[in-house]
Amino acid sequence: MENKKKQTNFDEVLSEYQYEPFRSTKIGNPIVQRVAPRVHVTTGENKIVKSLKEVVKKTVHDGMTISFHHHFRNGDFVFNQVMRIILDEEIKGLTLAPSSLTGVMNELVIEAIKAGTITNITSSGMRGSLGDFISHGGLKKPVIFRSHGNRARAIEHGDIKIDVAFLGVPNSDELGNANGMHGEAVFGSLGYALMDAQYADKVVLITDNIVDYPNTPASIKQTQVDYIVKVDRVGDPNKIGSDATRFTKDPKELKIAKTVNDVIVNSKYFKNDFSFQTGSGGAALAVTRYLRQAMIDNQIKASFALGGITKPTTDLLKEGLIKKVMDVQDFDKGAAEAMQSEENQQEIDASWYADPDNKGAMVDQLDVAILSALEIDTNFNVNVMSGSDGVIRGAIGGHQDAGTAKMTIISAPLVRGRIATVVPKVTTVVTPGESIDVLVTEYGVAINPKRQDLIEQLSNIPNVPIYTIEQLQELAEQKVGTPEPLEFTDRNVALVEYRDGTLIDTIKEIKD
Amino acid sequence: MEIKSTAMAGTLESSDIQITISSNKSGIQIDLNSDVAKIFGKQIKKVIIESLNALEIKNAKVKAVDQGALDCVIRARTLAAAQRATHTAEEPEWEVF
Repeated sequence: MENKKKQTNFDEVLSEYQYEPFRSTKIGNPIVQRVAPRVHVTTGENKIVKSLKEVVKKTVHDGMTISFHHHFRNGDFVFNQVMRIILDEEIKGLTLAPSSLTGVMNELVIEAIKAGTITNITSSGMRGSLGDFISHGGLKKPVIFRSHGNRARAIEHGDIKIDVAFLGVPNSDELGNANGMHGEAVFGSLGYALMDAQYADKVVLITDNIVDYPNTPASIKQTQVDYIVKVDRVGDPNKIGSDATRFTKDPKELKIAKTVNDVIVNSKYFKNDFSFQTGSGGAALAVTRYLRQAMIDNQIKASFALGGITKPTTDLLKEGLIKKVMDVQDFDKGAAEAMQSEENQQEIDASWYADPDNKGAMVDQLDVAILSALEIDTNFNVNVMSGSDGVIRGAIGGHQDAGTAKMTIISAPLVRGRIATVVPKVTTVVTPGESIDVLVTEYGVAINPKRQDLIEQLSNIPNVPIYTIEQLQELAEQKVGTPEPLEFTDRNVALVEYRDGTLIDTIKEIKD
Repeated sequence: MEIKSTAMAGTLESSDIQITISSNKSGIQIDLNSDVAKIFGKQIKKVIIESLNALEIKNAKVKAVDQGALDCVIRARTLAAAQRATHTAEEPEWEVF
């Protein structure tokens, strides 16, 4: 009964928003048509505009789609400056299409929604007050959540048509050659912003550092840029990097990390020239440390590390244990700085990184991915989007994209406080169980039954007990008890796309 | 048993619960503050009431600040606070444990 009702509702969403339902993680070999941006031809004179206000007035009009990147993370000074002017100009009906939304943007996004300035949002994710606001029905139209690879795909397909991209950079010359590596507010790779620079109708660079022409290396090129505005500061370098480089001392995280390492080392993928991707959480960083020792002990080198990069990964590059770092985003200062010193640390755009509709993306070549989860269910479906209270507090990031690796490992504690991580059914399906191979918890490991090969390879590791995922779910429930189901209304506050642009789940308004 | 003074047990650390018990004219009144109230609120209150019932406390005001404590922790903190509030901490009712 409950399921039938849910299904009917999902079908209605499909037809209302013209979606195909998610069917498979396999993309196949379709022929797709990409779009191209409009070009306002110039020889390049007079791109410098005196003020942000002037450039907003020149470029932004009611009903447009505007974009930003989130490479400054919580040190971002660009978004709020631009959005304040847009609000003051009383522009209405905008679609906000940033690569993601960070906490510092929350209050102004909420204000802009209330003012009718923002009426649509597509993002990788959102957290804090904005997630709360959206989950309580603050925006009339549902937010569309897309992975980093899917955003690249959607831009190339024209599903996201960016009218104006406001891209903050720590340096630019007077024609718009810019990179993320030099200046005050350095963040390293411009990976996500490169899509906007390539496909937006109008590209506005915002910088606090105009340098001599021609500026190299030019990640963003003068051929893509319409306007350049100089401001006092684009970002706070101390808030760009997370505390990611601090190694965890939490025994639970260390146990999980050690087990993840055991799983990798005992799998068939641990051989010379293997490749891997890790996240930025405490356990993921500790995995890199264990993996370093295992690589030295076994005289194995990795061909590449991929994705969001941290200092422990660039340290392995400097040590010669990793041959190449393919870098779409830098999570900390160390990784951002290595970007300029290491010639084998290659900046890649979001399409190259993870776009499924491609002539081969980097994630398609990936052997091992270590990812996190808020929840994972007995079908191995993963939720990284909604919290235990049903409120949006996360981001898809590259989860669905890296999930396509040959061996995708979810590293997560069995329980967090009183919240079970392993559950009968996830609140929101973000990454389908079809692409998840191994779950590692502090109690033991569960392997997706479709991977009999891995069950064989991993069954006799000392001190690594193998459970079924149902057993781990029961163990979690024994510890914390059975939660009462969350209550939602029928209203959709967000739609979650799979990386191929199909609809994988919806998020409902929470009932309080 | 009667509440003789206001008493507290527990901390605000993660996975703990801080229970403060004071006197009440009639019945047990629980003021719960918890991030997991939506999904475990009823269960937390049930454990607190059962623990007070075990000590035959009929009238009490309970303030519970929960940080995701498991049932065993909730029981332990409630019993400790209740014994302090009833001035029986020196002679615990062993059969209740």
